This record gives sequence, C-alpha cells and structure tokens, in this order.
Amino acid sequence: MNDLEYKVIIGLEIHVQLCTKTKMFCSCQVGFGEQPNSRVCPVCLGMPGSLPVMNKKAVEYAVLVGLALNCKIADFTKWDRKSYYYPDLPKNYQISQYDLPLAENGYIDVPLDDGKTKKIRITRAHLEEDAGKNIHSTGNFSQVDLNRAGTALLEIVTEPDLNNSRQAKTLAIELQKIVRYLVVSEADMQKGHMRFEPNVNLIINKDGKEYKTPIVEIKNLNSFRALERSIDYEIERQLDEFLQTGKVMQMGNKSTRGWDGEKQVTVLQREKEEANDYRYFPDPDLVPVVLKGKWLDDIKGNLCELPLKKQIRYVSKFKLSEYDAGVLTAERSTAELFEKAVQAGAKPKRLCNLITQIGLKLANEAGRCLAELGLNAQHLAQLAVMIEKGEINASAADNIMQQMIKTQKDPTTLANELNLIQKSDEDELDKIVGQSLEENAQAVEDVKSGGKKSKKALGFLIGQVMKKTKGKANPKIVSKILHKKLS
Amino acid sequence: MKNLSAKKLRDKIAKGQIKSSDAVEDVFRRIEQIDGNIGAYISTFKEQSLHQAGEIDRKIADDQTVGDLAGLPIAVKDNMCTTFGATTCASKILENFHAPYNATVVQKLIDADAIIIGKTNMDEFAMGSSTETSGVKKTVNPWDTERVPGGSSGGSAAALAARLCCAALGSDTGGSIRQPASFCGVVGLKPTYGRVSRYGLVAFGSSLDQIGPLTYNVEDAAMLMNVIAGHDKKDSTSVTNETAPVPDYLANLQKPIDNLKIAVIPSFLTSAEATLRESINDAVDTYKNLGAEIIEIDMPHIDYAIPAYYLIATAEASSNLARYDGVHYGYRAEKPKDYIEVYSKSREQSFGKEVKRRIMLGTYALSSGYYDAYYLKALKVRNLIRDDFDNAFEKCDCILTPVSPTTAFKIGEKLDEPLTMYLSDIYTIAANLAGIPAVSIPCGFDRNNLPIGLQIQSPPFTEDKLLQIAYMFEKQNDYHEKIPPILN
Ligand SMILES: [Zn+2]
Repeated sequence: MNDLEYKVIIGLEIHVQLCTKTKMFCSCQVGFGEQPNSRVCPVCLGMPGSLPVMNKKAVEYAVLVGLALNCKIADFTKWDRKSYYYPDLPKNYQISQYDLPLAENGYIDVPLDDGKTKKIRITRAHLEEDAGKNIHSTGNFSQVDLNRAGTALLEIVTEPDLNNSRQAKTLAIELQKIVRYLVVSEADMQKGHMRFEPNVNLIINKDGKEYKTPIVEIKNLNSFRALERSIDYEIERQLDEFLQTGKVMQMGNKSTRGWDGEKQVTVLQREKEEANDYRYFPDPDLVPVVLKGKWLDDIKGNLCELPLKKQIRYVSKFKLSEYDAGVLTAERSTAELFEKAVQAGAKPKRLCNLITQIGLKLANEAGRCLAELGLNAQHLAQLAVMIEKGEINASAADNIMQQMIKTQKDPTTLANELNLIQKSDEDELDKIVGQSLEENAQAVEDVKSGGKKSKKALGFLIGQVMKKTKGKANPKIVSKILHKKLS
Repeated sequence: MKNLSAKKLRDKIAKGQIKSSDAVEDVFRRIEQIDGNIGAYISTFKEQSLHQAGEIDRKIADDQTVGDLAGLPIAVKDNMCTTFGATTCASKILENFHAPYNATVVQKLIDADAIIIGKTNMDEFAMGSSTETSGVKKTVNPWDTERVPGGSSGGSAAALAARLCCAALGSDTGGSIRQPASFCGVVGLKPTYGRVSRYGLVAFGSSLDQIGPLTYNVEDAAMLMNVIAGHDKKDSTSVTNETAPVPDYLANLQKPIDNLKIAVIPSFLTSAEATLRESINDAVDTYKNLGAEIIEIDMPHIDYAIPAYYLIATAEASSNLARYDGVHYGYRAEKPKDYIEVYSKSREQSFGKEVKRRIMLGTYALSSGYYDAYYLKALKVRNLIRDDFDNAFEKCDCILTPVSPTTAFKIGEKLDEPLTMYLSDIYTIAANLAGIPAVSIPCGFDRNNLPIGLQIQSPPFTEDKLLQIAYMFEKQNDYHEKIPPILN
C-alpha cells in the first residue's frame, strides 16, 4: 500500500477483574448474569452515610500479580477518590489509587515467534472499584445495573514497549495465563474479566525525517482478537491519515476511538483528549494500607512458578518441544499433574503424549480442564510406564484412561480386567508368527519377492498375528520376529 | 419530669417509678405546645414512640432486663440514617430519602432500648453555624426566640434546651455539637475522631465528622457515650477496641482528678466578648480553687486553623455531595434535556446557597493546579496543629477555651456574611483538625441571659478523663439546671 518506513509504538492498559468472593469495598457477592441490581447494598449503591471497607483478599491478589510482574510492591499505599460524573458511578467518584499504586516498575516476559522473549516494562498496577453498566433501552431513558459496581479491578499499565499487534496479543494471553496460575482471576473473556485499552501510534521515517503520529487510545476491547485486529486497523489508518493530512503528535491531540467489531474498524469517540480533571484526593473513609511483615510474607508464599518460565524449563529439562511444553503449561493444574506424574516415575515425553493426545482430548470432550477429571498422578505415571514397557498399546491406553476416570482404579488392574495386556513373550509370539506364516504362503512369497507387494503383504501378516492374539500382541516384537523369519 | 436528667429519668423508669409512656407523652405534649415556635424537629414519631414505650414498660413490669437507655425519649439529628421516617439532612435534595438501614449509632440506641422520638433540624448537610441554612425550616433558640440556636446541630440543642427530649445526638465537623450546646445552655461532647462509628452519618467532611451526645449534664453525656462508643467494622476509621479500649465513662465520673494541670491560651481570651471572658476566667478560678494548676500555653499555628479547616472540609464535602445527582435517589429536576441536565438542574434546584458555596470552594481546592497550593497545604497545617496539641498535652491534662467568641446571635445577623459566620467556629475547629475530644459545658450567662459555654479539650481517647474534669466544674454550680424562660 505504501512503502514508508515506520515503527509501531503500543502501550497497553489492562483491567483484570479479580475473583474475590465479595466486592472491593462491601460484602456483596460478585456474580455474573444475575437480575439487574440484585447484588447491591447501601455501600456499592453509594447511599448517603454508607462507608467502604477494604477487601483484604483483593489487596492480596493484586500484590501477587504485582510480584509475578516483577514489580516493586509499595510498603505504604492508600486509596484516592477519582471524581467524574456518570450514571453508572453511584458516588460520582471511583475509589482508586493515584500517586501511590500498589505495584510499580516491573516487567513481563513475552514470548516471541522466534523462540526468544521480550521484556515489556510494567509502569504500574493498582486496585480500583469497577463501575456499573448503563443499559440503553428504547425510549427516552436509560437504565443502570449496579451489580458490577464495586467489583475489584486491577489496572495494569505497560510502557509503550510493544511493536506490533501480535506482541500485544501475546502479552495479553501471557497475562491471562499468569492471573489464572495465581488463581486471582478467572480471566474469562466472555464475562468481561479482562479488558484492554491499547495506546497506538507510529514513528514514520519520511525523507530522512521522523514523524510521530498522534496517539490513539482504543477503548474497552474484550477479546484477544479485537485487541489484535483493532491495532492492525489503527496502524493502517494512521498511516493513511499521515499520508493524507501529515498530522503529527502534539500536546492534547491524543484521541479516543472505539472498536466496531462488526465492521472491523475503529470509530472516533473523542477528538481531543479533554482536559479531564479527576480531582484526585485521598479517600478519608479508608485507612492507608501498610504492606509488610508477616502479611506480605504470607502473600509471597502463594507465588508459584509462572507459565512461561515453566514452559522454558520443560523444554530444557524434559526435552519437550516448545509446542508440547506450551500445551502442558497452559494451565497450572495440568502442569502440576504432569510434574507429579514425572516424579512418580513416568518418562516425560511418553507422559506428555499421554496427556496431550488422550488426557486433554477426554477433558475437552467433558468440557472441563484435565485436573477436574480426577486423574491420579500415580496412576497416570503407571500408565505411562506400561506403554513404555510395551505392556499396552496406544489404543488400549485411551480405553484404560477413560476407565481410570470412571472407576479410580489403577491402570494395571484395569488392563487386566479389560484383558488389554499385550503379549510380549517372544517364545509364544514366535510360535504364533510361525503358524501365521504357514497358513499364508502367498503373502510370504510376496514379502520375499520384494517390490510393490512386499510392504502390503508384511502388513497383512502382522494383521494375521494380531487377529490370532486378539490385538494383544506387542507389534514391535511381532515385527522383529517376522523380519528375522522372512529375511 | 422535665427537670430530670436523662440518667435520673432512666433510673426511675427502670425502677418502675415513672413509666416510659408517661415520659414520652410528656415530651410530645410539650412538642405539640411549643415546637411550632421552636422548630427543633423535622420529623417526629409519636405513635411508634408510644408503642415502644409501652413495650419497655411491660418489660419492666415483667422484671425483664432492659437496655441502658430503656424508655428514654431521645432525639437524633436528621443526618443520621434511620429505617423509619426520612433522613433529609435538612436538604431539598434528600427530602424524600428513606434510608434502607440504620446508622450504627441509631442501632446502638435502639439496642439500648432508647426511644427515638424524632429527628432534628440542622444546617443543610451540617454546613453552617446557626441552623439557618436548613432547607426545611427555621429553628430558634429557646432562650431567646429571636436568636439562633447555633449550628449545625441546632435542632438537637434547641430540642434539649426546650425539654423536647431528654438527650440528643448531634454531629460535629467544626464545632457543630459544641457551639449549639453552648448557645442553648446544654452539654455537648465531640468525641475523639474514630471513637464513635460514622456509619450511617451522612458525610460532610469525612475526616472531621464525629457523632456525639448533647445532654443536660455531664453524667448524661457519659451515659450516652457508654452506649455509642466503640469500634464498628463497617467504619474503617473507627478505632479498634484493642487500640483504644472503651472505658466505662460513668465508673469514675465523680472522682476528681488529682494534680490536675489545666492550660489556657491567653490570645484566645482577648478575642472573646467581655462577659464571655469573665465567665471563662471564673471557670478557671473555680478549677484553681479545686486545686488545679493553671498554665498558659501558646498554639503557634492556631491562626491557620480556619483557612485549613475550610479547605479540607469543603474539599471533602465537594466529593461527598457529588452523589446527590438526581440519578439514583433524591430530588430530580423535571424534564431534563439529557443526563448532564439531570445532574446540573437537580443540583441547582435543590441545594441551598451555602452548600453550593462550599461545593464550589472544595471543587476549586481539589482542582489540578490548585491542589498543592490549597488542599495539600491545608493538610500540612493540619499536621502542625496536631503537633501543637501534642506539645501542649505534654504540659497539661486539658485546655480550657471559650466555645464561641459570642453568645447566640440574632437570626439573620450573620447569614449573609459567610466569613463572619465561619469565624464563629474559631475555637472549636482545631479539635476537629487534630481529632481530639472536646466538650462544651454551661459556665454562665451573659447580660441578655444567654448561656455561655466553656470548652475543655483533652488528648485523644481520654473522654473519660475529660468528662471527669467537666464534672468537677459542673458540681460547683447550677448553670446546667437553669431552664429557658419559654418553659415558664
Ligand atoms: Zn454492595
């Protein structure tokens, strides 16, 4: 379209809804999809005289994320009121954190396509309460649902270190994995648990001069796809706009755009960034939070190895492919089951195949995650060992695993009960192979003659042996004996 | 009955010597007779009160245990939420607001078997020193009906002075309990910030507001404190009982304090009216005669208290009052063009002048570019004033000052001069800035037979000692037993 040289600059603002049982400053249950205004109380309705009380769990969750993002955790932090008028904000101020965020100056490692990782700096992460939702109905009025009002939100802001939409999306996915690993958010995109607001602009090199296009903030994206596509769209749009108008970044010409998912375009919302004055000041209804000593240590105790680190370790330690390691570490519970089974004696590669090819397939069919199937790590390891030793074959493993889930019995018992143990006794198999060869002289001829028919005939002979053993012959051993006898 | 203190009435009711129903009926008879002139109440609950009184009487007749305030007719300022009646804050914007919950203090009164007979008038959202900014009605001073009762808890003070209840609750952000108590000749205690839960108190200046009792005498104040003080998990700024245990305020009340050291601030006395000064000096002499040592202290930063106070209080108020927007509850303007007009018109039409003035002042103080110069600086002054008090209390047990530079002034006299009105808080606001307890007790009358108040301030969470000190003085005179002429 155009052959300008340019660089894309992207910073992300991400809102993550924490999975606390109750809201940030009141004891209303956090829910989804209930009757409008059924999960509200005087506090989250902003009734006169009501007072907020901090949810300690939310702070703990936020600190965990801060630690996972390598941030400096503030030992003293406070709550500030951010004032603006909007019908979904009952108090007309939002309780947030202004100049002393809970976490600052961190970074997140984002995996790149070439197998390397890129450090994206995290500016800050702070806690705040969510607003409600305005429902625009037909007629000359709107309705407000305050079920979501007061839900604990973690806002994470990155430095503009991202250079394309793919990196932005990968960061978002990595963050989703992290918050799920830490069990601090369900991070369910469908339920709006993660919302993205990228800031995008370009540095264009034209005739040896650098031009920066005005920054555009794309509001409220709630899927990875929308994040990626809206950025791509915005890059093209800004290039076009620059070529047509030559507009460059100036004080106050940052604009806000929304994403129209149907038309796949960004739409202008606010031309100039209004001089928004939120009149922040410390909320006198809440006391500052002092994060140190045992409380902080206890929180740190809940930190775990993060998904990307785990993935890299699986590649180097277990010699798994990057793809397999990625699949195993996508969910913490899967990785934990895998590691326990390795400890119980399973060979990593064999176990990996068992989990990725059978386990995850079964989980998928059941619409659950692997750990929810109730597989026992010891049994899983045993199953892997049985395959390793040639006691059962792959199709039997599938059957056995299904029974393990159903009955909780160990795989050896199940294999015996189901009569799935392979015949590996060479003497016995030798006799059966001998018999098969005698009965199928033509096939033996074909094999010996070589050429086209040979391969097919060999397969036929193996099939005959399997038939005689009701599928329980160890195919490796059968093949070995056949080769010996026919060469 | 009208000459009985709350404590004495309570004892008689508990012993079955007086029926709660009679006490409540007596009070309502007087309300019906004279509250038309006084204007103390915004709402009263006669039927409900008589019903509750009947229950209490029955319980007592049946020898069942009853609460510490059993059967007492008590008034509550109309900025404390109640599930019964409206909670208006004397503002048009909340004229029909019915709270779905009781303020913690209200619940505590109910749990102690008190009878909440009505809700009293006040300056709109507690912003004022004369109850004249009320958007509901006018309240006059029972000692002189051409004068203000003080404010903002003017309704509570007037109701008490006119014997239209036997005790009342008020709230104090810059003197709103103590100044009307002094104007109406009753006792008013502002406890330490964090001693009494603010849950359900409609906020004005959240870091300054504190609920406290207005009573006939010091003993009644102690009795009410026993009921309302203590931690509330619904109010994060209320202090835990481990940090500051709640004492029994009645236990040592009558025990004089040995080696009492009292401080006075000479510069404070020169700025007060002459008769007022005499009364304060007499009070100082009374303590001297009781063996107290009197020292003079200086509060170097006290001159900055008023500007600091009016920045902090209005800044907080501008934010606290943002929720009154016509969207979720309260007054909504008719036919708004869009949602912005729902806000602007509802607020324009229903907030009074003083409230608007303070919202604008506070909004300005918090605006970017001004924050550092105003709000932040005010917070620094606040810390310096705290330090002043800390230093002072190293040398003394309490500080005596006037409550107000004048006695009750004429209705309308200061209404159009906000700055003069603001100055009437000059002696009281420092206690709110520092968060310390302070009590106003009657200490004389001026030549117009208007009550004069003495303010005693003490270190944080020493209300027990503060009341002991107040009681030492009260026992030496009968100012608190005088009754306004309107009752004769
Ligand atoms: Zn709630």
